[in-house]
Amino acid sequence: MTDNAQHLIDLTAFTADHCLKCNICTAACPVASITPLFPGPKTVGPQAQRMRLPGAPSPDHSIDYCSGCGICTLVCPHGVRVMEINTQAKAQMTATHGISLRNWFLSRNERWGRLGTPFAPLINFGLRLWLARWFAEKAVKISARAPLPRWAGYTFRGWWKKQVRQHPRPAPASDAQRVVYFHGCSTNTYEPHIGKLAVAVLEHLGLYVEIPPQTCCGLPAQSNGDFKAARRYARKNIAFLVDYARRGIPIVGTSASCMTAIKGDYQHVLGLDDPDAQLVAEHTYDFMEFLAKLHREGKLPTDFHPIERELPYHAPCQLKAHGMGRPALDVLDLIPGLRCWEIDADCCGIAGTYGFKAEKRAIAETVGKPIAEQVEAASAEVVVCDTETCRWQITSLTNATTIHPVELVAQAYGLTVDRYTPPVTARQM
Amino acid sequence: MTPQTVDVLVIGGGATGAAALYDLARRGVRALLVEQNDFTTGTSGRYHGLLHSGGRYAVRDPETAQECIAENTILRRITPFAIEDTGGLFVATLDDPADFPAQWVTGCAAAGIPTEQLTPEQARAQEPALTPNITAVYRVPDASVDSFDLIHGFIAAARTYGCKTLIYHRVTQLIHEGDTIVGARLEDTRTGATRIIHAACILNAAGPWVSVIAGLAGIAVEVKFDRGAMIAMNMRWVNTIVNRLRPAADGDILVPVGAVCVLGTTSVMTDHPDDYRIEPWEVSKILNEAEAVVPGIRYGRALRAWAGVRPLYESPAAHHNDTAGRAVMRTFSVLDHAALHGVRGLVTVVGGKLTTCRLMAEQTVDVVCQQIGVTAPCTTAREVLPGATTRYHRLDQRLHRLEHGETPGELICECEMVTRPQIEQAIAAYGDQPVALDDLRRDLRIGMGPCQGGFCSYRAAAILQEVKGHSALETNRAFAAFVRERYQGVRPLLWGHQLRQFYLDELIYRRTLGLDWLTGDYDPHENVYAEGDHD
Ligand SMILES: Cc1cc2nc3c(=O)[nH]c(=O)nc-3n(C[C@H](O)[C@H](O)[C@H](O)COP(=O)(O)OP(=O)(O)OC[C@H]3O[C@@H](n4cnc5c(N)ncnc54)[C@H](O)[C@@H]3O)c2cc1C
Ligand code: SF4
Ligand code: SF4
Repeated sequence: MTDNAQHLIDLTAFTADHCLKCNICTAACPVASITPLFPGPKTVGPQAQRMRLPGAPSPDHSIDYCSGCGICTLVCPHGVRVMEINTQAKAQMTATHGISLRNWFLSRNERWGRLGTPFAPLINFGLRLWLARWFAEKAVKISARAPLPRWAGYTFRGWWKKQVRQHPRPAPASDAQRVVYFHGCSTNTYEPHIGKLAVAVLEHLGLYVEIPPQTCCGLPAQSNGDFKAARRYARKNIAFLVDYARRGIPIVGTSASCMTAIKGDYQHVLGLDDPDAQLVAEHTYDFMEFLAKLHREGKLPTDFHPIERELPYHAPCQLKAHGMGRPALDVLDLIPGLRCWEIDADCCGIAGTYGFKAEKRAIAETVGKPIAEQVEAASAEVVVCDTETCRWQITSLTNATTIHPVELVAQAYGLTVDRYTPPVTARQM
Repeated sequence: MTPQTVDVLVIGGGATGAAALYDLARRGVRALLVEQNDFTTGTSGRYHGLLHSGGRYAVRDPETAQECIAENTILRRITPFAIEDTGGLFVATLDDPADFPAQWVTGCAAAGIPTEQLTPEQARAQEPALTPNITAVYRVPDASVDSFDLIHGFIAAARTYGCKTLIYHRVTQLIHEGDTIVGARLEDTRTGATRIIHAACILNAAGPWVSVIAGLAGIAVEVKFDRGAMIAMNMRWVNTIVNRLRPAADGDILVPVGAVCVLGTTSVMTDHPDDYRIEPWEVSKILNEAEAVVPGIRYGRALRAWAGVRPLYESPAAHHNDTAGRAVMRTFSVLDHAALHGVRGLVTVVGGKLTTCRLMAEQTVDVVCQQIGVTAPCTTAREVLPGATTRYHRLDQRLHRLEHGETPGELICECEMVTRPQIEQAIAAYGDQPVALDDLRRDLRIGMGPCQGGFCSYRAAAILQEVKGHSALETNRAFAAFVRERYQGVRPLLWGHQLRQFYLDELIYRRTLGLDWLTGDYDPHENVYAEGDHD
């Protein structure tokens, strides 16, 4: 038992106790309805949980097909943490049978992002060669059709260091003006413009941005069952962030999935519910959630320039898991002329690293189909979405450009950054 | 019907009767076992599930303690398929008498029960659910034993020697020839048909009903009835058996069995053997006592409650003022009615534990053999039972088999992971005998999980209809009977989780399927679920 859980009953595994077998989760699971290989959340979750002997070798098999999207946990009316139970069972399976080379590789995206940066042009070219993808599929079982990011060729952190050096900022009068920005790996190496825009928006709001050292949130390792690595990442991040949390400084991030990890998974999946982890979780916000909160408190300037567009928005599963509604839509609604509508689909199919796996690619594509259909029906060229892998997946399914909501906010504030063209102004109606 | 003749007729398909049948079989005796219901429906199907190390009796009842540790060792050897070696802990808390552990350790040593002292930290590392208020803790060789498996094991083994069984037949009369019992009249409890069995000797292993059988021979056997309640929790809160280290009292023991953890028991004197009432104070008492050892457990999901009746017997020779349930010794007595009452052809065994069923069988069969002139000695302690098949003695086995395609087919009981082919096979095993859904429950565990039959009852009923070709009305009645039986066990626990579950089940069965109408005995004043429970 971890320090803070008073009784076993507070632990994830014991939430299986609440299951009434109602099948609401099974009906909502995007994977169970597509493949007979996966019997569904109720079966592999609370039902199987009663049969798992702590410390014994894993009896599981089909749980590997759970994408970890978390929809089951979200819809369960009785508080069963189904996805969390599943993820823990997957970790036990990995502990029993070992991690595959492919899953190990996918778990360490942080490393590849960093190491690849200096060779960006070469890698970006190489990875788009048909032969290379075919080889990756055959050799390491990474689907040849999976969406791959492009290395930016520089890192967000590198940019930030230079920025701070070149434009020293006066320290703020109080901690109330400070904010910590958690960029995540993808912003650091593939999409630094999102970080740059996030910083621009926060500074526009009069906040003093701090970007402490940080590492991968651990989610890729966690969802591939490598809890050892995931806990290592999590502990490092908690150590980097806890001082800020103690001082009441909010921690905001533009990757909705990294933020779910810090807010919930560290405790409920990885079992790190010590006071430090809890403190960090309590002070962590998704970027758009943070803006919506400021708005509710009357602290968000709404002097937005109009953006005359109608854009589809997809709420990633990981964002839904925060249980905070759709803050991106709430904030984007404040921009005159902009009408964002939510795509009626639960999941895009990618679920972190799931849709990259050769044996799961077809499932991931079928899961994401309703998104593709609605985007196509609306002839939309731009789709808004808060999480990077979902954006890549949507791009691969639709050919639309995908953007983070912060891009629209920055644009409406009239903010821009170097080496970036706002995708929306270019094609204003 | 022409009377059938056997050497020995065993009455009672509980642990004692089953072990006796096997013992007789090994001594080359042609025996028939008769049981009024299905196997394991008496006390043996209503017990706590503990293969005692004897620790519980070490201070007050050294004889039972010695029997337990000896038989514990033997059963582990001969019936490994029915036993999960969970090990056991005896835990004293701040609330328990401080001088008791020392007495207990001495008692265990005298009885030959191995104990090993642990630090509270070691105990909590092994069982994180345990209270931090531990003052002393010891490890003992307790285990959990599945009585369905155990009894089926003995029966299957006896069959390999040619012995026979007859279930759903009740002994209604004993046939006398002068001072000798020469046979019994049996009634088929499902059809009402009767038949006569002649036997050189009758072995009365009717559990709490032994005095009814003895009464048929005109013999008075004074049995006291001691009722005890148990509660199964939905999850395994502990994976080791946990006993309270204090003088035996209510709610002392937590037993992990299969997917659940059984808490109990109480001890209430009652005046008849079929008293399965559970009073609200018993439920509170059991949960509160468990809470003292495993904090938080009271807020967990209580799945099902049931009660069993211990027949307590003290031979008129023994002398005792104390008459309360726990004060009476838990050892057993073999009554040779020839010697005691001048009636030949009937031997009764009464009292004891499930843990000591083999020993009880051995000593009773010794007396029976003496009466019928068989000299072969008991050999049941020697080897693993032949012919027994494992059902599920390890918790994760069902899931593993299901997940690895070893039990293909549709999943019918989702909680206990029972598939359609398994149900069809179990039905087929009854041949042309009638089968109730409750029989399948005992065979496969259907309907024993958290939803208590909420989702499998109607599916299993449909399969039964298909295989057996029953009429719709028969099927609906069988289905309603099963739902009602499941409800009985949930009734004392209708709060929180189980109330919510019950409501959902009720919506499915009564509101959606209209079960009351389906059975053809709908009466707006009669309530199928809450029989007699309304004003
Ligand atoms: C609450 C409780 C908890 C217990 N916990 C434990 C424990 O944890 N460990 C342990 O070792 N022991 C325990 N015991 C004791 C144990 O359950 C019994 O000692 C054991 O089950 C007795 O088995 P049996 O075969 O003698 O009796 P039963 O199992 O009662 O079998 C008698 C059978 O005879 C049948 N019968 C009766 N009359 C007739 C008739 N006229 N015709 C045909 N058949 C008839 C009945 O239907 C019944 O099936 C517990 C007992 C109780 C009550
Ligand atoms: S996490 Fe997603 S894929 Fe996994 S069981 Fe739940 S709903 Fe299904
Ligand atoms: S986990 Fe929740 S939603 Fe799924 S069956 Fe159980 S109670 Fe229903």
